[in-house]
Amino acid sequence: MSILIDRDTVALVQGITGNEGRFHTRQMLDYGTRLVGGVTPGKAGETVEGLPVFDTVSDAVAETGADASIIFVPPRFAADAIMEAAEAGIRLVVCLTEGIPTRDMIVAHRYLDLHETQLVGPNTPGLISPDLCKLGVMAGYIHRPGVVGILSRSGTLTYEVVHQLSQTGIGQSTCIGIGGDQIIGLSFDRLLPMFEADPQTQGIILIGEIGGPAEEEAALVIADQVTKPVVAFVAGRTAPPGRRMGHAGAIITGGSGTTAAKIEALRKAGVTVATSPADVGATMAERLS
Amino acid sequence: MRIHEFQAKEILAAHGIPVPPGHVASTPEEARQAAETLGGPVVVKAQIYAGGRGKAGGVKAATSPEGAEKIAGDLLGNPLVTHQTGPNGRVVRRVLIEKATPVKKEIYLGIAVDRSRRAVAVIASPAGGVDIEETASQDPSLISKEWVEPAVGLRPFQAFRLALKMGNDLPTTRKIAGIIVSFYTVFLDCDCLLAEINPLAISADGEVLAIDAKLNLDDNALYRHPEIGELRDPSEEDPLEVEATSYNLNYIKLDGNVGCLVNGAGLAMATMDLIKLAGASPANFLDVGGGATEEMIEKGFHILVDDPDVRAVFINIFGGILRCDILAHGIVAAAKKARIRIPVVVRLEGTSVDEGREILDASGLKFRSASTLREAAAFVAEAVKRATA
Repeated sequence: MSILIDRDTVALVQGITGNEGRFHTRQMLDYGTRLVGGVTPGKAGETVEGLPVFDTVSDAVAETGADASIIFVPPRFAADAIMEAAEAGIRLVVCLTEGIPTRDMIVAHRYLDLHETQLVGPNTPGLISPDLCKLGVMAGYIHRPGVVGILSRSGTLTYEVVHQLSQTGIGQSTCIGIGGDQIIGLSFDRLLPMFEADPQTQGIILIGEIGGPAEEEAALVIADQVTKPVVAFVAGRTAPPGRRMGHAGAIITGGSGTTAAKIEALRKAGVTVATSPADVGATMAERLS
Repeated sequence: MRIHEFQAKEILAAHGIPVPPGHVASTPEEARQAAETLGGPVVVKAQIYAGGRGKAGGVKAATSPEGAEKIAGDLLGNPLVTHQTGPNGRVVRRVLIEKATPVKKEIYLGIAVDRSRRAVAVIASPAGGVDIEETASQDPSLISKEWVEPAVGLRPFQAFRLALKMGNDLPTTRKIAGIIVSFYTVFLDCDCLLAEINPLAISADGEVLAIDAKLNLDDNALYRHPEIGELRDPSEEDPLEVEATSYNLNYIKLDGNVGCLVNGAGLAMATMDLIKLAGASPANFLDVGGGATEEMIEKGFHILVDDPDVRAVFINIFGGILRCDILAHGIVAAAKKARIRIPVVVRLEGTSVDEGREILDASGLKFRSASTLREAAAFVAEAVKRATA
């Protein structure tokens, strides 16, 4: 088992004819992901890496029966691509695009409320259930199937933690980048109960960072609904207030969104918070033994 | 992106929100002329991006044009230190001369993105003139909020409900409600992430007007507003940050002495934290992008070596799909080109990492190659000790 994606996930690539879309389509196919087609408006009839390209998501769904979609569409058009996928009945949308205007995402999010669609991202490396399915741009080879679920607001910091885990012989059930933007789809609070319910997952790692309320919201859910051990790291204790640290969502505003507040909330909920990013894997290993 | 108060007020006025009459001046002479034109008592306000100007002496009243000239002379060309500027302050290049408003009452108005609800929140409080965070911690019952349904926008009844809570007579309440609706239009039209009118003043003669205004704009939406993008004031930014932006790098100058170059924002923050835990202090945040390329690493190097505060460098790259041997070649080439002479700790991980480390070791440069984050942190601590001994 895993969460959100597994061997049965059948996916489309929106923006498949762009450089990034094309490159990562090949990478995902090589990993074993069941990609069945792509969408680029105006490019119907072409093929990319042997996959048929459609003009619209609804055409692609009708033809292929896809239930998931990964989006490599430029920022100006990405919110529209998310809504198009939702309207076409896609169950899971993974949007990698960085730089979508916040106003567009607020509208897209409201639109998603009207549909049965779950969104991962935007501004995420995607998600992976090792050896089963990868909908993302992470390097597949660093992951091993196993018992730890990972939730993260970061990309390369997640690779670092996965690497630490793999070196201690611990694999992962599913690793999800929830996205670095202010307005994102599934956040920690919605994903934690999925890991709690997943029989494969025995421990959960949460990688947070400064800005926003996601870690505090996670703490409430953990205290209330999660019995499995949770280990966390919150990046940005040295970040100055009022500055956006790379991610659009990583900013301390008016004294809120600091690591201190987040770490305190998580510790109160029984989470083991690693002080150093170098210790996350070892801390999880201890909690599992 | 931030803009100056006088620019924000021009935008408000264009949307029908009353602001005090005023002029911008960049010399004491211009300040005197502006005060003469306005007539009567004026307020001289330093135009820098940072908040907290009032307490820092950046906002002063003058009763005569000569007084305004004197105050402007004291402010212009000198750094103003507020709780938001850091110890060096910001040099004041312009002042706003405004007609003084006799104020009866002050209100706070704010519009922000509520990340929990994934919606825009309109916030109002009858405790104007103080930071909303201060009100939130002292008497949260004074804060009222309305959330906007994006499909229909802020509804007039919501604006009226907020205005009612400000506790004024009906004509004033109606004026405030109208301003709230217009202010939401500003927020939407300019793609703001945060907009504040603080205070919104009710004057002695019943006028309602914006005494101070702040608009923070969404960089990602600037393509829709080229005219707002032109308001950017590079003199308000650190020169290294301006240079980094031109290279498309995410760089923020900090006050430590260990320069760091990292791929990915989260790992970059974690690397800064690691430097701190090792007993040193980061000189910067620098994210060269999650999928690091040779070119971005080279550009990042330029920024680091241009910073005179940097005593040691920590490069932390998790290669992912890009191969480490290619990255190592890039790092060596960039370091040779930049003629780097300070100790450099490199932590490289990912595909073909062994070949990558060999390339670094064979480069003849003062590289110290670490295989784990923990080891890298120890090397950094050592390097700093030696560099500052």
